[in-house]
Amino acid sequence: MEVLDILLTVNFWAAAIRIATPLIFGVLGALICERAGVLNIGIEGIFTAGAMAGWMAVWAGADLWTGVGVAAAAGALFGLIHAILTVPLGLSQHVSGIGVTLLASSLSYFIYRTALPDVTTPPRIEPFRPVELPVLSDLPFIGPALFQQTPLTLLAFVMVGVVAFVLYRTPLGLAIRAVGDNPAAVEAQGLSVHALRIGAVMAGSGLMAMGGAFLTMSAFDAFFFGMVNGRGWICIALTVFASWRPGKALLGALLFGAFDAFQVRLQTEVGAFLPSQVFLMLPYLLSIAALVAVARKADYPRAMLTPWFKGQR
Amino acid sequence: MIRLEARQSVPGWLRLAATAGAGVAALVLVAIPIAVAGVGVFDAYALMAKGAFGTVFAASETLTRATPLILTGLAAAVAFRAKLWNIGAEGQLYAGALAAVAVGSGAISAPPAVMVPLVLVAGALAGALLMLGPALLKLRFGADEVVTTLLLNFVVLLFVQMMLEGPMKDPMGLGWPQSMPVTDAASLPKLMARTRLHAGLIIGLVLAVGVAILMRRMVWGFEIRAVGENAAAARYAGVPVTATMVRVALISGGLAGLAGVGEVAGLKGYLTSDLSPGFGYAGIVVAMLAGLSPIGVIVAAIFIAGVFVGADSMSRATGVSNYLADLVVAMSLLCVLLGGFLTRFRIRLRRG
Amino acid sequence: MTDRAPVLQLDGITKRFGPLVANDGIDLKLAPGEIVALLGENGAGKTTLMNILFGHYTADAGRVRVADGAGGLRDLEPGSPAAALAAGIGMVHQHFTLAENLTGLENIVLGTEPVLRFWGGRAEARAKAARLTRESGLEVDLDARVDQLAVGERQRVEILKALYRDVRVLVLDEPTAVLTPQEAEGLFAVLRRLAARGLAVVFISHKLGEVLAVSHRIAVLRAGRKVGELETARADRRAIADLMVGREVAASRRAPLEPGAPVLEIDGADVAASDARRALHGATLRVRAREIVGIAGVSGNGQAALAALIAGLAAPARGEMRLNGRPVARHDPRAFVEAGVARVPEDRHHDGIIGAMTIAENVAIEDIRARGFQHWGFIDFAAIRARAEAAIRDYDVRCPGPDAPARLLSGGNIQKLILARVLERDPRLILANQPTRGLDVGAQAEVHRRLLAARERGAGVVLISEDLDEIFALSDRIVVIHAGRLTEAGPPEGLDRGTVGLMMAGHGREDAA
Repeated sequence: MEVLDILLTVNFWAAAIRIATPLIFGVLGALICERAGVLNIGIEGIFTAGAMAGWMAVWAGADLWTGVGVAAAAGALFGLIHAILTVPLGLSQHVSGIGVTLLASSLSYFIYRTALPDVTTPPRIEPFRPVELPVLSDLPFIGPALFQQTPLTLLAFVMVGVVAFVLYRTPLGLAIRAVGDNPAAVEAQGLSVHALRIGAVMAGSGLMAMGGAFLTMSAFDAFFFGMVNGRGWICIALTVFASWRPGKALLGALLFGAFDAFQVRLQTEVGAFLPSQVFLMLPYLLSIAALVAVARKADYPRAMLTPWFKGQR
Repeated sequence: MIRLEARQSVPGWLRLAATAGAGVAALVLVAIPIAVAGVGVFDAYALMAKGAFGTVFAASETLTRATPLILTGLAAAVAFRAKLWNIGAEGQLYAGALAAVAVGSGAISAPPAVMVPLVLVAGALAGALLMLGPALLKLRFGADEVVTTLLLNFVVLLFVQMMLEGPMKDPMGLGWPQSMPVTDAASLPKLMARTRLHAGLIIGLVLAVGVAILMRRMVWGFEIRAVGENAAAARYAGVPVTATMVRVALISGGLAGLAGVGEVAGLKGYLTSDLSPGFGYAGIVVAMLAGLSPIGVIVAAIFIAGVFVGADSMSRATGVSNYLADLVVAMSLLCVLLGGFLTRFRIRLRRG
Repeated sequence: MTDRAPVLQLDGITKRFGPLVANDGIDLKLAPGEIVALLGENGAGKTTLMNILFGHYTADAGRVRVADGAGGLRDLEPGSPAAALAAGIGMVHQHFTLAENLTGLENIVLGTEPVLRFWGGRAEARAKAARLTRESGLEVDLDARVDQLAVGERQRVEILKALYRDVRVLVLDEPTAVLTPQEAEGLFAVLRRLAARGLAVVFISHKLGEVLAVSHRIAVLRAGRKVGELETARADRRAIADLMVGREVAASRRAPLEPGAPVLEIDGADVAASDARRALHGATLRVRAREIVGIAGVSGNGQAALAALIAGLAAPARGEMRLNGRPVARHDPRAFVEAGVARVPEDRHHDGIIGAMTIAENVAIEDIRARGFQHWGFIDFAAIRARAEAAIRDYDVRCPGPDAPARLLSGGNIQKLILARVLERDPRLILANQPTRGLDVGAQAEVHRRLLAARERGAGVVLISEDLDEIFALSDRIVVIHAGRLTEAGPPEGLDRGTVGLMMAGHGREDAA
């Protein structure tokens, strides 16, 4: 099969969007945190916690949307831990982020093991089904590719719009963008730097956890150890690539999804000649390449990584 | 009223107390999930302590487990001193192990006096070179090393799997993806009969002292500290910032690579893709618990190793998941971070 | 004093930072339509007082009261900028509090709208801002991102930000530091217009001349205390100066010296920067031994690029540079140190010291690789300690000892430490970039004495300063920097400040004079 043939199949684009979905949530979440001035590398663990919590809620009898809510709440909770350590206490965002990643993943694994001590095959839940949208789903080509996805994918696309609207069209977004650039400006205008940052980190972490929930409630139907597999870190790289803009975040995640879907198909074509690991490495190497390509001219939020203390000299 | 008052400087005893307090606090916090799992908290911790230090063999197992943690802990401690966020010790460990196997499993034959140093150098070099990439990407392009080192961990692990299923696969391995065994000549000597303790521990201890001397007594260490504490001022005063960063990257990666050499050439004898249960990440916790002090790394590594070994043994006896150990490790990191914050203040009680 | 009902009253404000008493029982009253100058040396406590008023700090004692609208006074909630804003107090900080990734209008409306409002445009806000712009004369493009605006324009956005909130009291902290004398005149006109409409203005400054020009009343602070208060119309310049300084400061005197061979020659150098105004364009500068060349200019006109070039931090994209007659081979700080260049950085906290390292280590940092301070890569701690002890003694660095962390030092003592580090190497060229900014009078005099002494010992000095008094007092020759271009103004004896001020605003030597 020729490269062009791959790119022209409906299945390919449907897969690309499916792969992109958790990344869209993750990049949006990371973007909100960083726009407010806080790097959140707890993302990898928050993904795991979201995947586990959402799945566990549904497995315990909740409906799917409640599960998504539980996942987001779990994410926001770990976000709160990161926010308390890094915002009012001003501790290292790097170290706290690693700590949150370790805590969220080990706690998820521990809870899973404690709830299900003896299972050998992970129990399954009934995941989200693709939704049929009137008219849209019946469009040729883009219908099946775009509009026969599960509700969480559609929600991810909606969230891009919501985040963009909040950031650029509301006073809250104005304050978030300002606090990541110059906290003094925000304080001088009578707003609370700490409240804004804590809120942003919690909201962003909630979104990250929804990306994790997609994995267990939409892409798969069970929770596996190590299933996040670096997706969180990839989101951090994509956030820089997207220059902290929701629209570009969507674009970056889709490009990444397309590339990943492409390599999977390439693998089935030429897998006989190259070991599978070569293909599996590509997403990580691509993320590094994307980061390096834009890093020099990246317009980092000026106050990122810098804690703010009121009234200190 | 209770108020917090900033301290001008933090006395040494308080730092020690904060670290010890963080370890204790982590254990106390983790008592909650233990209790939820339905096991007596004191019984569980007693079993853990016994499993980690109760017998000579248990203690030897803990020290064996501490060996790679000392080295990855030093790797993180040196890098973090320079504010080079090397989170890639896991990958560097595998790179070191791979290099050790490549050199030490029969490709070269020579007496132990040649082979042992050779595998050590090969492993250290592999780890160092792996860290050089992210350091240069940071210095040249401004690419955040946190992300690049983290992502490289996955790449290296896949590369190791590829080698183990392909060119380096042991034909006698009954189809398992594992490497050819390290030859006797290239293996690190054992330290004690009927235990798994190996010379890697001595290497770790010597290097801890060496790194301590480097950081405290030598010009390179002075420059590393200067760059880490205030890179702008260091650069202004003529400290070669780029060269120092490259040096730190090589030292840090090399130390992590040595951890991998110890695991294959001292302990396991061959390489598999599950060689490390996260020694690289745990090394970060070790370094932070140690307050980035090289000598402190030894103590912290033994503590963390004890948690892992003790949790395994406790898990076998009670059925509580041994992910508990990872939970303690994660909690320790967050607690030590918080403890470091508290030492900067003194608590004052006053009226009004 | 005025008889009108005050809009703001401070009583007995006291604030300590550790052992330092920044404000000691300060009283101040302010009536509508009045411009009160808060005059004092650097470190006298002016900014601290205003930060308490604005809620950035909480006072340890004393109360702040504002007019309650019914003819009386009410207490202002301490430690809350939001409360201060609500009470009609606006502040223009010395370091602007603008988010640079937002437009001027966005900065103005930030915090004035309910945060959780989701609909509605800014038409009303825009109309109000435009009206204020017109009425006050503060012309600025409100839809440009702040990082695209020049410093003077950013200041106008800052003032509009306060006016937009219908403030009754406007505090300006050293507003003229970033302006040319002519721009400052424009600002004064705006302030007079605003005061005439009933706004009360607090004008913080350490420059006597401008305080006399703009204010109705002057309150003088010294070492945290209010030492005097008087009507500007009845003020005597000499008396206020004495009040402010507290003692006679012997003006530094330059002994006439014959300059020697050139130690620094820069020919047609271009140095890049973030924007063109801050870059250096075709700079030519010659500094000889036993000569102080003062670089006068408004902040942000290429001083940083020039300093980076002389410090060895930046290489010229074009042009030539010679040190002691020899072309520079490597543009690298260490090479410059070895060539005998002493560098005093502009931001001494950020670039001058490493706070977590000891005083001894900070003194030795430029020499750490030199023979005598290390053997085979091992540091000779006895040698660096001895050097630090000598530095502490000879330069009177007030500190607990050579092993204390450098971050414990005050600004003046940090500067002494840096001078000890660089001057004890007997430099041939000294770069002193804003060497006295933020220092108290005593420390300033000490720095001046050291620079003059180094000149007498045969060093050439490049003095970059935004303080024209300092430039005039120390320089053998004055060179003006504007938009990255250097213009020779000549020896201070044949110059008046107005000429230099016009040159700083970009006028040529001829049409300025």
